[in-house]
Amino acid sequence: MPEIIAIIKDALPYLLSGGLITAGIVTGAMALGLILGLSMAVGRVYGSTAVKRVIGIYVWFFQGVPILVLLFLFYFGVFNYMGLNLSAVSAVTVVLGMTTAAYQANIFRGAILSLPQGQFKAASTLGMSDIQTILAIILPQALRLSIPAWSNEFSIVLKDSALAFVLGAPEIMARAKFVASRTYQHLPIYIVAGLIYFILTWAGVRALARLEKTVRIPGYSNKGI
Amino acid sequence: MTRQDTILRVENITKSFNGNPILRGVDLTLRKGEIKILVGPSGGGKSTFLQCLNCLISPDSGQFWLEERPVDIFSKKELYRYRQQVGMIFQDFNLFDHLTAMDNVTLALRKVKKMDKKAALARAIVELSQVGLEDKTRLYPAELSGGQKQRVAIARALAMDPKVLLLDEPTSALDPDLTGEVIDVIRNLAKKGMTMVMATHQISLIRTLADEILFMEAGVVVEKGSPKTLLVPGTRSQGFCDKLNSLSGEGI
Repeated sequence: MPEIIAIIKDALPYLLSGGLITAGIVTGAMALGLILGLSMAVGRVYGSTAVKRVIGIYVWFFQGVPILVLLFLFYFGVFNYMGLNLSAVSAVTVVLGMTTAAYQANIFRGAILSLPQGQFKAASTLGMSDIQTILAIILPQALRLSIPAWSNEFSIVLKDSALAFVLGAPEIMARAKFVASRTYQHLPIYIVAGLIYFILTWAGVRALARLEKTVRIPGYSNKGI
Repeated sequence: MTRQDTILRVENITKSFNGNPILRGVDLTLRKGEIKILVGPSGGGKSTFLQCLNCLISPDSGQFWLEERPVDIFSKKELYRYRQQVGMIFQDFNLFDHLTAMDNVTLALRKVKKMDKKAALARAIVELSQVGLEDKTRLYPAELSGGQKQRVAIARALAMDPKVLLLDEPTSALDPDLTGEVIDVIRNLAKKGMTMVMATHQISLIRTLADEILFMEAGVVVEKGSPKTLLVPGTRSQGFCDKLNSLSGEGI
């Protein structure tokens, strides 16, 4: 037992710094997903038929192909072919970001469609342009409504990021695997790895719940929407 | 009345949805200070016509003139400018839910009229006071009653200095005890000479405010005239108002 504790104690800083890399990957992927996903949601609701179709194909592709396949496809295939020399960490971030963008596009699209259409009309009658209306009226409300689903998506991306070890990105999972196979202490090491994922998820979901509360519109249900 | 008194003129507005004609050639000429009231059964085209008047629903055909200048409704830029001058009040208020009463009014002042923050706030306070809501400026729509929401909507429209105000059944989503405060505001507007086109079932408004009543049915204006000439036994309009009366129990 003391031997196991010593091993964990030894491995902990190494695993925790893997946690930082995981956090970096997830933050980058979620940010990329937010920008891309929000743009695609707006395009899918308000865009021309052609725009809607292109976005539909994008979403369908990234929803339909397993992440592991996407990681190999882009890291060894597309990025290589394009002459991009991305590190494993960057490649994972971009691929996870593009994948979550597809899911986030659906989250934001649903939120936009759930808003009463009358507000758009009211803004139009005041002489506001479509873009002004989307930026000042639609998105501020749609984003608020999206926080619970976005928080869900965050926890999924965080856990999907464990797949990054297959490309050799030195995140939690890759480091845990390395320590475990060196020390043969699989059980305690993977428990610690799992705990680090758990804590990261918990902290992120907590922070988003707090954000949801902070930006809640007075007068609406206390439980949020 | 001279020609330059005409503020808004539309001719031959038509609109079909999925092959069903909703508007079948409606004309309207509106002079400064004039109040026209649309009445008629549901589905007669009143709401569609009002929304065609500022192209929230784009008509299949029709010509528009604002102060005798033709308006090209297919040019976005011209359409945005036209809409600034034609305000609209909706049945269900359509306030911006994430903004306070104050910000509901200032938003378009800042975004469309490009006013600075201070000027926009000052203007918003004036308009909100006019509708008796100077003490509610910091409240969000969900914290206001229906009547208060509609008054904010009116303040928001008036802040843009519209030349014409379109009102689409402004009191029909309100409880009976809240319609009074909105009707008072509308009466006040009339007193100040606001030019209005309104669809309403409020007999008292029809009787006392209308310069002209347009009775719409099946997408056309079937009767029009002043309350004096139209609200006499034997007309469709009188028959309709009688029906409203017997339903609401309101005396004429």
